[in-house]
Amino acid sequence: MTLGKKKADFWVVASLLVLALYLIFMVVPMIKVFYQAMLDPATKALSLVNFKRFFTTPYYSNTLVRSFKVAVSVAFFSLLVGIPLAYFYNMYQIRGKKLIQMLIILSSMSAPFIGAYSWILLFGNSGVVTVWFREVLGITIGSIYGFKGIVLVLTTKMYPLVFLYLSGAIKNIDSSLLEASANMGRTGFKRFVTVVLPLCMPTILAAALMVFMRALADFGTAMMIGQGYMTFPLVIYNEFVGEVGVNKNFASAVSVIAIIITLVVFLIQSWATRKTSFSMSAMHHIEPKKAGILGKIFINLYIWLVIAISTLPNFYLVYLSFRNTSKSGNAFVDGFSLNSYKYVFNNMGSSIWNTIRICGSALILIIVLAILISYLVVRRPNAINKTIDTMSMVPYIIPGAVIGIALIMSFNNPKFPLVGTAWIIIIAMCIRRIPYTIRSSVAILGQIPLTIDEAAESLGANKLKTLVKVTVPMMLNGIFAGAIMSWVTLITELSSSVLLYSYKTMTLNIAVYVMVAKGSDGRACAMSTILTLFTVISLLIFNRFSKDGEIML
Amino acid sequence: MNVGISIKNAVKKYGDFTAIPDLSLEIKPGEFFTLLGPSGCGKTTLLRMIAGFNSIEGGQFYFGDRLINDLDPAKRNIGMVFQNYAIFPHLTVRKNVAFGLQNRKLPKDQIEKQTDKFLKLMKIDQFADRLPEKLSGGQQQRVALARALAIEPDVLLMDEPLSNLDAKLRVEMREVIKEIQNSLGITTVYVTHDQEEAMAVSDRIAVMSDGVIQQVGSPKTLYQRPGNLFVSTFIGRTNVIECRIIEGGIEFKDGFRLAMKNLVDCKIGDEALASVRPEELVINENGEEGIDATVAYSTFLGLNTHYFVDLSDGQRAEIVQESKIDDIIENGTKIKLGVKAEKINVFTKDGSRSLVK
Repeated sequence: MTLGKKKADFWVVASLLVLALYLIFMVVPMIKVFYQAMLDPATKALSLVNFKRFFTTPYYSNTLVRSFKVAVSVAFFSLLVGIPLAYFYNMYQIRGKKLIQMLIILSSMSAPFIGAYSWILLFGNSGVVTVWFREVLGITIGSIYGFKGIVLVLTTKMYPLVFLYLSGAIKNIDSSLLEASANMGRTGFKRFVTVVLPLCMPTILAAALMVFMRALADFGTAMMIGQGYMTFPLVIYNEFVGEVGVNKNFASAVSVIAIIITLVVFLIQSWATRKTSFSMSAMHHIEPKKAGILGKIFINLYIWLVIAISTLPNFYLVYLSFRNTSKSGNAFVDGFSLNSYKYVFNNMGSSIWNTIRICGSALILIIVLAILISYLVVRRPNAINKTIDTMSMVPYIIPGAVIGIALIMSFNNPKFPLVGTAWIIIIAMCIRRIPYTIRSSVAILGQIPLTIDEAAESLGANKLKTLVKVTVPMMLNGIFAGAIMSWVTLITELSSSVLLYSYKTMTLNIAVYVMVAKGSDGRACAMSTILTLFTVISLLIFNRFSKDGEIML
Repeated sequence: MNVGISIKNAVKKYGDFTAIPDLSLEIKPGEFFTLLGPSGCGKTTLLRMIAGFNSIEGGQFYFGDRLINDLDPAKRNIGMVFQNYAIFPHLTVRKNVAFGLQNRKLPKDQIEKQTDKFLKLMKIDQFADRLPEKLSGGQQQRVALARALAIEPDVLLMDEPLSNLDAKLRVEMREVIKEIQNSLGITTVYVTHDQEEAMAVSDRIAVMSDGVIQQVGSPKTLYQRPGNLFVSTFIGRTNVIECRIIEGGIEFKDGFRLAMKNLVDCKIGDEALASVRPEELVINENGEEGIDATVAYSTFLGLNTHYFVDLSDGQRAEIVQESKIDDIIENGTKIKLGVKAEKINVFTKDGSRSLVK
């Protein structure tokens, strides 16, 4: 409650500006997608023919079932792997916790399609492991392609989300709750199922939703390892830029269907969360305890096995990047060399700079906007800012590919020629990432008592000064934690930038994708190694500066 | 420097709910004035209206002659101390204290001098370069106080500043606050729900309930001559016993008659309520007249012994006696209770008005 002055001050202008940005770059483009979806591609008249085609052609309608199958399976397996991992990690003393956490995050942070690519190099038709089994042992191992491969790769990328979410929730459980249940005779596995899991249920649901959404919208993995297992992001991509025949109206219609599905899932999840939600904050965190010798062996075996499987692709790519390559760069030959790196630095150096330039700009924009929006939403609630709050959540349910085509359809005109520029990628990145950053900023700001602002005001600081000198510095630690994660997400973003990139705006991640598509394995490996290095350095910086290693997603 | 605060017909509304219907108050320059009341009585709301953090739906607020209704909190020249201290955790103790001075764009050396002065005054100069989270609760409250005082405000506002401290520290800090306020002579408005704390620090206290000031007075007046039943029960402990007005005194239900000389504005035969504090009841051991009672149980607290007795109509009453060397009266003993007539208060049946002058 502040003094009720109704003059058009700084904050009103800020609110209107943010609102305008959302209208121009998100609302209008999305309306265009909906409109295009309703047009008959032949006559350009309003009709539902696209939707009809989708649902009556099994080739298309099946993709929906498949995507759903993939997303549900990935969510299920991610929970199955992630929940025990988080439980062991937080409840027991384990050596090398920081390293474990970093490796787990690392495995989630490389782009899924790169993981898929590495799995193919290992277990594909001519993968080293497959060949070794076939030629040395005479055993034919099953195919990695298709549904199995997609689920495997996405699970190794998504279980860390469950792990991070759940670790946060377990940190919020007061140790007295566990002691109380032990007092009443409930310990061990039974306590885990009847006390710990229910306490974490809202978090588990949130994590499951997050995994589901990401798996549903994932483009690169299915493209790489699906081998004809069509999921709907692939349909959107093919119909929009495909080689066979472009049908923008149909692509739009598939996008609309995708949005409706994610919206329904989102609403179900919100409903389920509301039913199970309660607030918790621990006065005494759970002290990790020593496990018995057998338990210790089992726990370490489990953790390291999970880490080994999920980081194996990363390390294999690093290894390959140092292998000697043929002149064309397409085949590996005996021995080791820096050929791949030489080529990358000589010919693709711009993609490194592009990554820093584009993702860096996006990151700065995201942070500034997120701080501004969260401040407006938390500290200056009014009708405009409530609208902004709602709008800021919308991208959460829009698959990246849809944001990509929405932007292309809106800004591929002479008045607003953004297509092909770095700006359009930056905008797409902002739209995709900002809901997460806003949520975490809102949470951080919510924890700063209003009296802090009032204290600054009573000491003669005006509102802007209070924000700059008091509120933002207090938020910084939390924002920093979120920013590192945003950064890593941005440098590995594929599903919208694959539609938006041009030769001049190719980032490392896109370059890897292009190299893989060209079959230049060595160079792809070198670039993905550089990308991994970026990620590792980011994580090290994070560990260096964050107080307690708390990760904000 | 020293300004009085004058509030005329203040109104505070939250939507349809009226928190303060119509409140007027005069606070003298240099006075230590406390707003006391149970939670939800509107005391913090009123303080925040004075500070400028709450909107004002009606009435006028003056600092001295200056109307401050529409003045930005940043320009009111107030020092405010918050319940949760509201110390900036990212700034050192020194920077916290200097924060308000920097906003005034004073020259650097003057800021430093002033900061040092208040760091010393609050005895926190040895922590000057530490971050607040390394300090104890009491030390943090000292920082908050130093920070509020450093800008030499016209008015010091304190919102339950001691409620986050443990009992011992609370007593210590209230002495510190009282002493500093005395030495600086700054007009202070203090909010608390703890009546003992209010009595300990205040020159005058306003007892509030439901957004209405029940009574304004010195601690002594409020305790000994409360204006209505609410004040008498809120300040200190008391036994409320039904009685009737008779010629030259009151008669309790069991027939015991007490002579009183200071009854005013009442009719003989009216029903009334006597508010008798535990120390105003005397156990008559020598067979004198008194209210019939039976000892239910007793608590020995060293200096005093508390007796809990049942009156003839079943009402429980409390008596405080200085502990004696004799045996404590046994449970179940029938006794007679004498009453110190000049000390007790009598209220109308509805408790709204005192019948004692």
